[in-house]
Amino acid sequence: MADTNILAATSLVVGLVWLGRRFLDTPTRLPEWDGRLAKAWQPALALFVAALAFRSTFVADLLNDVSILGVLALGVAVGWRLRAYRPAWLVGAGAVPYVVVLSVKVLLTLLAPSLLKAIDDALDFAGFLSFCWLGTLWLVARNQKKALVAEEQLRLAAEEEQRRIEDQHHDLAYLVNQRTAALARQTDELRTTLTELQATQTQLIQSEKMASLGELTAGIAHEIQNPLNFVNNFADVSAELVAELVEERARPTRDPALEAELLADLRQNLQRITQHGGRAAGIVRGMLEHSRASTGERQPTDLNALCDEYLRLAYHGLRAKNKAFNATLVPELAPGLPPVEAVAGDLGRVLLNLFTNAFYAVQKRQQAGEPGYVPTVGVATRRVPEGVEVQVRDNGTGMPEAVRQKIFQPFFTTKPSGEGTGLGLSLAHDIVVQGHGGTLSVASQEGQGTTFTVRLPA
Amino acid sequence: MKILVVDDEVDVRLLFEQRFRREIRSGEFQFSFAYSGEEALAFLRAHPLEVVLILSDINMTGMSGLELLRHVKQDLLPLPPPLVMMLTAYGDTATHEQAMQLGANDFLTKPVDFAALKDKLHALPTI
Repeated sequence: MADTNILAATSLVVGLVWLGRRFLDTPTRLPEWDGRLAKAWQPALALFVAALAFRSTFVADLLNDVSILGVLALGVAVGWRLRAYRPAWLVGAGAVPYVVVLSVKVLLTLLAPSLLKAIDDALDFAGFLSFCWLGTLWLVARNQKKALVAEEQLRLAAEEEQRRIEDQHHDLAYLVNQRTAALARQTDELRTTLTELQATQTQLIQSEKMASLGELTAGIAHEIQNPLNFVNNFADVSAELVAELVEERARPTRDPALEAELLADLRQNLQRITQHGGRAAGIVRGMLEHSRASTGERQPTDLNALCDEYLRLAYHGLRAKNKAFNATLVPELAPGLPPVEAVAGDLGRVLLNLFTNAFYAVQKRQQAGEPGYVPTVGVATRRVPEGVEVQVRDNGTGMPEAVRQKIFQPFFTTKPSGEGTGLGLSLAHDIVVQGHGGTLSVASQEGQGTTFTVRLPA
Repeated sequence: MKILVVDDEVDVRLLFEQRFRREIRSGEFQFSFAYSGEEALAFLRAHPLEVVLILSDINMTGMSGLELLRHVKQDLLPLPPPLVMMLTAYGDTATHEQAMQLGANDFLTKPVDFAALKDKLHALPTI
């Protein structure tokens, strides 16, 4: 009987310790003590062995109580130590009454056994109550523990979620940074490319100018070749003539008629040389004018006065060459025309060219001998929304569509060779469009006349 | 030998008349001048079978020398058409080939080497 009691008690002790350790998770929460708690079975075993050795119910019971007391006291101690952990505290608190009761029982057993006998029932009852107390508190502790575990899990889950969100946030922040850096790089590259493109555009425009200048050069070389050939040829022929003259003079019987002829030819040749030389010089001059960058400053210019002046210049210039030439001049200059920002000399050249062309056209038509034909050249100025307009009208020969399309090309001319370089209108076009930001257009009816229109921004 | 010179530069006449002064005086050559392709054709029609050789420029206003060449070699009756030599500043191979294709008998570049021209003319079979 006593043995089974001891066995039960020892098992209980060991079991309690083991349960307590698991319940309270002492390996994690109280590692310093856990080592020794794990070995609690050793003293228990010692007591068990001692109880067996003593072979007396009294000692056995006493040792039982002591061991149980010991365990419970341990529980209280652990509970106190882990009091922050509510379940532990509850367990500890639960064990306290039972510890007290058992302590009293042990003390009385050792010191006042008679008193013990007297209150034995009461003590048992107290023990029973304590046991119930312990049980209750243990249940509460268990619930608490579950709640705490659930809470812990929630907390962990929340922490996990938080961490995940932070990681995501971190990743996104990184991606945004990357993207921003990439965009900044792209912007820089685009800016560089834009600058390069602008530089290239300027280069292209320059190349275009150079190319057109190059074309001009080819055209000029061609144009100059003709007069220069004549200069050379006439010079050669003149040398021959001189040789012939020398030969003639050396003859015993001279032929004055032949000599006179030779001399006349010589004079004529020299005239031709001068003439063709002048032609070549004129072509070069025209070309230089075409290539010369306009450094003239724009000044407010009275267009009406300019038109009037150059109309008369052109007319008188033509009459000086051909006294028989006559034409009716029709100036229609709008009063109160606002001054135009222009380089007077350049615009004058444009007007002169347009007037000269007009006079040439009417002269040609007059030479055709139409009865009742009155050569008329008119200039009209007026205000337009964009600025000012100048129209040069003539009722000359007009031009066919094919010619009209080429009229502004450099070196294009319908005049016979020697009369005009073909650069006048192309120069005029450059002056008006590039030099003054205006427009130059032409309308023509073959056999009826031509009208050139110049528009200039005021 | 009657030769027709076609060139839009009027001074060509003076040049030829002086360069070939001796031949003209001796009657070996007889030069006529036309200042455009149209003028040349008109002259040829007006004086059929007279002209033996045509010396023509290519770059002319109106009808070009090559067009004249084509007309002379293909259109003009009676046969045989006169010889045509091109005298021109355009020395490039494309123009040369085109002229030869159209039937030109010779191709000379300006500035004209009158000595060489004289030799060529002398070398022609006298008619």
